[in-house]
Amino acid sequence: MIEIKDVSKSYDKTVVVDGVSLKIPAGGITSIIGPNGAGKSTLLALISRLLPMNSGQVLVDGLNVTTTPGDALARKLSILRQDNHIGSRLTVHDLVTFGRYPYSKGRPTIEDLKHVRMALQYLNLESMSGRFLDELSGGQRQRAFVAMVLCQDTDYVLLDEPLNNLDMKHAAAMMKLLRRTADELGKTVVLVLHDVNFASCYSDYIVAMKDGKIAYRGNPSEIIRPDIMRGIYDMDIAVQDVDGKRIAIYYA
Amino acid sequence: MLDTNQKQLVIAVLAVSGLAILSIFIGVSDVTPQTLFSNSEDGRALQVLLISRIPRTLAILLAGASMAVAGMIMQILARNHFVEPSTAGTVESAGLGLLVVTVLAPETTVIGKMLVASIFALLGTFLFLRVLRMIPLRSVLVVPLVGIMLGGVIGAITTFFAYRLDLLQSLNAWLTGSFAGILSGRYELLWISLGLMIIAYIAADRFTVAGMGQDFTTNLGLNYNRVMTLGLIIVSMVTAVVVVTVGMIPFLGLIVPNVVRQMQGDNIRRTTPWVMVIGAGFVLFCDIIGRVIRYPYEILSG
Ligand SMILES: Nc1ncnc2c1ncn2[C@@H]1O[C@H](COP(=O)(O)OP(=O)(O)O)[C@@H](O)[C@H]1O
Ligand SMILES: [Mg+2]
Repeated sequence: MIEIKDVSKSYDKTVVVDGVSLKIPAGGITSIIGPNGAGKSTLLALISRLLPMNSGQVLVDGLNVTTTPGDALARKLSILRQDNHIGSRLTVHDLVTFGRYPYSKGRPTIEDLKHVRMALQYLNLESMSGRFLDELSGGQRQRAFVAMVLCQDTDYVLLDEPLNNLDMKHAAAMMKLLRRTADELGKTVVLVLHDVNFASCYSDYIVAMKDGKIAYRGNPSEIIRPDIMRGIYDMDIAVQDVDGKRIAIYYA
Repeated sequence: MLDTNQKQLVIAVLAVSGLAILSIFIGVSDVTPQTLFSNSEDGRALQVLLISRIPRTLAILLAGASMAVAGMIMQILARNHFVEPSTAGTVESAGLGLLVVTVLAPETTVIGKMLVASIFALLGTFLFLRVLRMIPLRSVLVVPLVGIMLGGVIGAITTFFAYRLDLLQSLNAWLTGSFAGILSGRYELLWISLGLMIIAYIAADRFTVAGMGQDFTTNLGLNYNRVMTLGLIIVSMVTAVVVVTVGMIPFLGLIVPNVVRQMQGDNIRRTTPWVMVIGAGFVLFCDIIGRVIRYPYEILSG
């Protein structure tokens, strides 16, 4: 379980995460939704100790992320941020292998390489494993980053807008893959998603943020409703049931 | 068995070794395998070999390889592929350090001078990285320009005091690379750079990870600032050692890592041996050309 206790973060005098308290249950997929600038990415970065918080604390299975040694935490929790402009010319295979760094410290064992092969296979990257990252399309690169993070094989996997740059086919495949990771491998997946319908169809739990605070939380049928959508996004959004899933219609 | 990459590396090492042997036998004094074994001239050839030619060649190999490695690490520290110690204020700071120690404590041993120069180089490079952080929009070319400007300021201060204290000549010697004066007893400090290169190779994976940026580094459980500090120490000490012994060799640290990067990418464990071999080979080649073109005179490598 991830326990977020009264966490705040501000830049100069602007508060971007404002006293957030939240428990993210172990197992399953939790999606964080909300308008641009709501503080979703910042919250994810605070949980994963990429940013220091101004006050409050975050515990992951009881480990305080600010005080736990970085390498121990790297075997517990992995994070992929929203925009990754990596300057390095690495091959896909090398990048994914570095996902094993917390275990191998640069000397991958046969076991580590097995994880690498599986991650490449899951993300359909085998055919381009020898290519350099700067020779890939945005979507292929995004999949390589996700493969690296999955290769890290942590109990908690945090992904900030993992569907960025992916076409429909790969976006759906990515969500199915994450669903499998949660169901079959028992991982806890925490996502920031901007498409509420992906959140609706694939998550167990949805957290809606607005203005640095948690506005709503609940399972998809409790959150994907016109009144709550209006509360989050300040617009009228119709919601229909399609094959038992709640689908928001926000194009018209 | 060796893979293709390793085979190519072995070939490159052999080629550089060939150049090294050639370098040993080029020079004003007549040193050939014949004179060496013919015991005539009371072993003069052997003496030239031991006192001048071999030290010179070793100095070239060590300085070339280590400056190229320093450039590679500098590029990771600045997250920019257009910097190297001579465009980041490192070299000028080392020069300033040398000047300070020469003026204030002229009796200091070479090792002591080297350490003072290292500390100055460290501070100068640190200043460069701090200034970079303060610039919000870091366009690719602004970074080296900032470094060159910073180096210019530090260089100007150094030149001013050197001029006032009548030390311009020594300063020039530090800042222009030359292997002409290398004799046994004057280059041994360069072995320190071999140690530093070995450390860089051991820490290669950390540098690769750090090259991916702070967030990736933290995610993988490494302390970004610690890796940066290690890199800073290696770059500063290599620069100081090279400046103290043979003087500055500019642009080597810029060209060699970028050539290797195009071929091999940024996996530092894979590229370090290449950067070392090509760096050493490149300087050796320049030195041989410099010695042959105007034989029996020399053109300085720097
Ligand atoms: N480094 C920063 N400096 C100042 N303000 C920032 C910084 N990073 C984010 N912000 C601000 O914090 C707010 C929340 O950002 P973010 O967490 O990225 O939002 P979201 O991911 O929900 O779109 C935004 O208003 C953004 O402008
Ligand atoms: Mg965001």
